[in-house]
Amino acid sequence: MSLCDLTVHEVLDLIKSGEVSAKEVRESVLARIEKVESRVCSYITMTPELDSDGAFHGLPLALKDNICTRGVRTTCGSRILEHFVPPYDATVVTRLKAQGIGIVGKTNMDEFAMGSSCENSAFFPTRNPWDLDRVPGGSSGGSAAAVAAGEAMWALGSDTGGSVRQPASFCGVVGLKPTYGRVSRYGLVAFASSLDQIGPITRDVLDSAILLSVIAGHDPLDSTSAPVPVPDYVQDVRRDVKGLKVGLVREYLGQGTEDGVRSCILKAVEVLTDLGAHVEEVSLPHTAYALDAYYLIAPAEASSNLARYDGVKYGYRAEGAVGLLDMYQRTRREGFGEEVKRRIMLGTYALSSGYYDAYYLRAQKVRTLIRMDFQKAFSEYDVLLGPTAPTVAFRAGERTSDPLSMYLSDVCTIPINLAGIPAVSIPCGFSGGLPVGLQIIGKPFSEAIILRAAYAFESSTDHHKNRPALTGEGGEA
Amino acid sequence: MGVYEAVIGLEVHAELNTDTKIFCGCPTRFGQEPNTQVCPVCLGLPGVLPVLNQAALHKALKAALALNCHINQWSRFDRKNYFYPDLPKNYQISQYDLPLAEHGYLEIEIDGKKKRVGIKRVHLEEDAGKLLHEDTGGTRDRFSMVDYNRTGVPLIEIVSEPDIRSPEEAKEYLENLKTILQYIDVSDCKMEEGSLRCDANISLRPAGSKTYGTRTELKNLNSFRAVYRALAFEIKRQSEVLDSGGAVEQETLAWDDARGVTVKLRGKEEAHDYRYFPEPDLTPLQITEEILSGIKEGMPELPQQRKDRYMRELGLSAYDATVLTRSKTLSDFLDDACRLGAEPKAAANWLMGDIMRILNAEDKGIEDTPLSPGHLVEMLSLIDDGVISGKIAKTVLEEMLFTGKTPNVIVREKGLLQISDASALRTVVEQVVKDNPKVVDDYRSGKEKALGFLVGQVMKHTKGKANPQMVNSILKEVLDG
Repeated sequence: MSLCDLTVHEVLDLIKSGEVSAKEVRESVLARIEKVESRVCSYITMTPELDSDGAFHGLPLALKDNICTRGVRTTCGSRILEHFVPPYDATVVTRLKAQGIGIVGKTNMDEFAMGSSCENSAFFPTRNPWDLDRVPGGSSGGSAAAVAAGEAMWALGSDTGGSVRQPASFCGVVGLKPTYGRVSRYGLVAFASSLDQIGPITRDVLDSAILLSVIAGHDPLDSTSAPVPVPDYVQDVRRDVKGLKVGLVREYLGQGTEDGVRSCILKAVEVLTDLGAHVEEVSLPHTAYALDAYYLIAPAEASSNLARYDGVKYGYRAEGAVGLLDMYQRTRREGFGEEVKRRIMLGTYALSSGYYDAYYLRAQKVRTLIRMDFQKAFSEYDVLLGPTAPTVAFRAGERTSDPLSMYLSDVCTIPINLAGIPAVSIPCGFSGGLPVGLQIIGKPFSEAIILRAAYAFESSTDHHKNRPALTGEGGEA
Repeated sequence: MGVYEAVIGLEVHAELNTDTKIFCGCPTRFGQEPNTQVCPVCLGLPGVLPVLNQAALHKALKAALALNCHINQWSRFDRKNYFYPDLPKNYQISQYDLPLAEHGYLEIEIDGKKKRVGIKRVHLEEDAGKLLHEDTGGTRDRFSMVDYNRTGVPLIEIVSEPDIRSPEEAKEYLENLKTILQYIDVSDCKMEEGSLRCDANISLRPAGSKTYGTRTELKNLNSFRAVYRALAFEIKRQSEVLDSGGAVEQETLAWDDARGVTVKLRGKEEAHDYRYFPEPDLTPLQITEEILSGIKEGMPELPQQRKDRYMRELGLSAYDATVLTRSKTLSDFLDDACRLGAEPKAAANWLMGDIMRILNAEDKGIEDTPLSPGHLVEMLSLIDDGVISGKIAKTVLEEMLFTGKTPNVIVREKGLLQISDASALRTVVEQVVKDNPKVVDDYRSGKEKALGFLVGQVMKHTKGKANPQMVNSILKEVLDG
């Protein structure tokens, strides 16, 4: 193991005791990037000049490339923003900088966060560090792969339908989607505004709690950020789970869930039971409609959010256009990829006069039913449990020609976004040598409770300690 | 030819006079260098979010209350989606099915008869930028430029019910609306700067009918006069279409002010589909009773109330009260002058007479001149004290309006002090009597009018400074004695 394979709280302890310097940690990360980046391809833009001031000594963080950084291009994995340099920092970036967390690079992603494999990046696909022939998941695939490969100590992603949790699951790391409104979205390039949320991707649960503490809280620049006090996640995480009431979601273990995934989840149930939690099966009856509702609501919002990329003000503008309409059409035809265009068309259609009631409005009603499913379940249980994804990481190219099969990989994560509640994915075992993620879901603003359950599980298992073989070569110590 | 009744509805956009924009902190100053009043939020850069300016909300609510609207306890913002370069996000944050306020009315008066025009809704939205079309002449490159300074300036849209029946009523509605918005200090209402804009819908129906005919929408109405003329033109045009057995087409027309005609912009089939949906970046608006009572408490006197007060307390005629209250600054001036001790009727007469005449000639408002209420009061007391005559006062007033000097200073500098020295006046009178023996004879033979001429001569000799009452009595003394 190298320094870059440790967790943030481990290296902070080592720095505090004087055993290593922050500089050594930063150099270890840069050396790892040097060594594996050509194979993993986590980053779109490197920003290796790390400031070492502040509480976190510039410990390198990988930032998803849809989070705006002043003076550093922010592409969203898209041609249309390939050369876009924001004149301002996202609120989370301001908060990272204030705590002395260094941004080592901007990570690859599915274009505008639309995808589940990182293959929709306009630039290149990212590979899964556990098996380079497989996808890292998406859309925050670059961030998850970077953390798994030791190319960063920690990372931020964004999660609209599972984009933090599913790649965390595929890459064997911890991914948290906070409650909608817990973390400011100011400076996060919008995909679907009512669903988007920034979340930490880390090597263990304690690091997730630390990073959440840095980024959480009300922001006057985001009207949808909640003025709810931020608890001490790091303290809360260590409390035990005796008597915790846990609901195992029946629908998430249904058809389409691989046996290897199912058996890991059932083993996790045993672990939690041994720790004193009461686990029962629970049903969320409207789960089957979540995917359909999501693929109307998210594209509808996206069709409006992405309208601003028109070649007029910034970003890509097509050459040789004749007149305004032609410029719009060429710019967007050439600037956007297939999946983005597909969703813009879906969303435009769903909002159109004569179709609005049948599609958008109906989807919103389904969303309410899904939210009520969760409310009902949470009247009996403290947390809910299930797999993060129905499968382990699939092979690159396996689903690119079939959007529907790609969409299905988010079937267990999408309902959580629709309900606006928090959920964390943590490593809970391996199937065929590939990581499996356990998803723990909580009530609104109960991040402390799901992190506590996750920490208790993690503390009595070793899954999170595994590192992909790719990084083991070379024997640095 | 059939007898038709016009059915008219007006849609007014008024820019709110807040210091900053509706969803960001940029200033709203008019007439600045292009693209200097902008930030990432109003430019719609990737990742930015709107935050509602509470002052804009406050002003919108104030307007809605002044227009007698019901304020919805819950309302929300929606996105109106359409592509145009002056709209940086390619959607406008507006309100759709849950507007801020509904079901109000505005009172108008035509030929002494009062009428209520219903207000369908008042909602809050953001303004768009401006396109500048540049034809660079010699080169092949013709291009357009965008100025985003206006982008995000808060607007209220005020939609009337189709209760207006004539161009006269439309003009009266707009005048009253403008006056109210100015009184409550929510908008400058300058049509020439675009801070007040108006679109009109108009249809005709046979007199007495209760159903609506097919309407046209009129745009590019850049003055109240244009609204009046465009509506009058449309009434004539639609009448002719109907009289000839044709059908009015539902379409959007632009008023060509120079040619005095409406021209087709787009037909029904080209109508936009704005794909409205709730704005997810803003939370729903809850307007509590507490907020509303705070605004009601701070509500200033409205034009109608002030007009009633002028008639009741100052004894002004309905006409005078209407003229004076139409301009808030003018009637504020009157109120201030009265507060400083002016006799209300005298002050009102000066304002309606010489002051308005000069302002109209100069095309200015009273706020554009250095004249202050205190100066007017000072001038009135100079007249009362016999220091200057009413005639001299006109000269003094003109000087006050242009230079801002106090009447005392002007009187001193120009030597306009009234001559009230009896012996000095007697000398002048005796000279005039001596110089005009024929007129004196006329007077003595009973021609009373001759006296006026002699008074005029005395005034001429004294450059108007003689005390008129004293001149009269001394003249009579000399002539009759």
